[in-house]
Amino acid sequence: MDVWQITRFTLLTALAATALMVPPGLALAWLLARRRFRGRVLVETFVSLPLVMPPVATGLVLLLLFSPRGPIGGLLAGIGVDVVFTWRAVVLAMTVMGLPLFVRTLRAGFEQVDRRYEAIAGTLGASPLRVFFSITLPLAFPALAAGAVLGFARAIGEFGATIMIAGSIPGVTRTLPVAIYTYTEIGRDRDAAMLLVVSAGIAFAALWLSNYLTSRAGLRA
Amino acid sequence: MIEVDFRLEQGSFVLEVQQRLEARVTVLFGPSGSGQTTILDAIAGLRTPVRGSIAVNGRTLYSSTGGINLPSHKRHVGYVSQDIALFPHLDVRRNVTYGQGPGQKLSLESVTAILEVGALLDRGVSMLSGGERQRVALARALMSAPDVLLLDEPLVAIDLELRRRILPYLERVRDELGVPILYVTHDRDEARRFADRVVVLDRGTVSRAGAPGDVLG
Repeated sequence: MDVWQITRFTLLTALAATALMVPPGLALAWLLARRRFRGRVLVETFVSLPLVMPPVATGLVLLLLFSPRGPIGGLLAGIGVDVVFTWRAVVLAMTVMGLPLFVRTLRAGFEQVDRRYEAIAGTLGASPLRVFFSITLPLAFPALAAGAVLGFARAIGEFGATIMIAGSIPGVTRTLPVAIYTYTEIGRDRDAAMLLVVSAGIAFAALWLSNYLTSRAGLRA
Repeated sequence: MIEVDFRLEQGSFVLEVQQRLEARVTVLFGPSGSGQTTILDAIAGLRTPVRGSIAVNGRTLYSSTGGINLPSHKRHVGYVSQDIALFPHLDVRRNVTYGQGPGQKLSLESVTAILEVGALLDRGVSMLSGGERQRVALARALMSAPDVLLLDEPLVAIDLELRRRILPYLERVRDELGVPILYVTHDRDEARRFADRVVVLDRGTVSRAGAPGDVLG
């Protein structure tokens, strides 16, 4: 039984996806929390779209974009990088599906940071960049951590988009949820049950951590 | 010397000031909401006037005709507001030294000595009393080597007894550091005791200006 391999693969790809969420997520959350600009609502809607679209549909969009004949996949194929039906596709699906949760949580965190601290830091000679890294980000850190945990948990549970763009190739793209589905379908109920216990454990730990961090953020604000 | 000559929309009225402030301590006096805080905000770069100019010691911070509007981090002002706003995630030392730059004239030792905050340096800000917070905020502003110190009712949130104890610290800052101070207060006694010059504002315009004895009676 390959429980260990599947768990390890899922955790690693979810970690990679979470790391990939952070740079664009930070920028988007800050923009939405702190800047008023044209098309803001559009950006906001676009970011949250994967939350409400059927994951399989999001997966299809990704497949169209990243297949070797797609606009992005074609470019990547040109430099010898295959995406679809590889581990990269798994990470991609996880990132896209987890990003909205990360952005929404962090955005709320940024909105809770008192603007007076930023204004005072400015009068003390700190450039906007320094204000962000020394005041805004540390004060929003509990939200950042909570958002990352939520995004990570969403990545662990990703199924619909993953099955579309990465499939269920044993040892290559098979993650926990995909394996549970596959095993149940072919009658390996004991294996499926074992993976169920593992997934439940990871999900519980992640949610608990997220709630803990969010409540700490609430106390501080 | 602080030169302000600007116009700024402020809620129900238009704030218009034109003053050359050469005194060590100028108190902006008048009923609440007459625009005193807005003047400090405009000097600090937190609000932008409709037009006019602001200069400190001959350095132009804002000029609508010259197209100059320095961001607040380039204005060299020390701002202590009534809500103090010490950074909650930094200890006292890191708060005080936050704005310390390479061109620093004042040493940490001299500032902490004048304000007697040396013993507080390694504490978290949540451990401070109201009066201590006030002195730390003042030390933080001074450590950024400001050309002007803007104090917005710094004593309003603390009780009378404590006020009496903090005023001498402010006087020491005034007398020993030579940084010009613009001070907003609604307290007549505080103004009389602390000011070299008093500017009275009423709904956005200067109604009187002069020596404390003449203006406050």
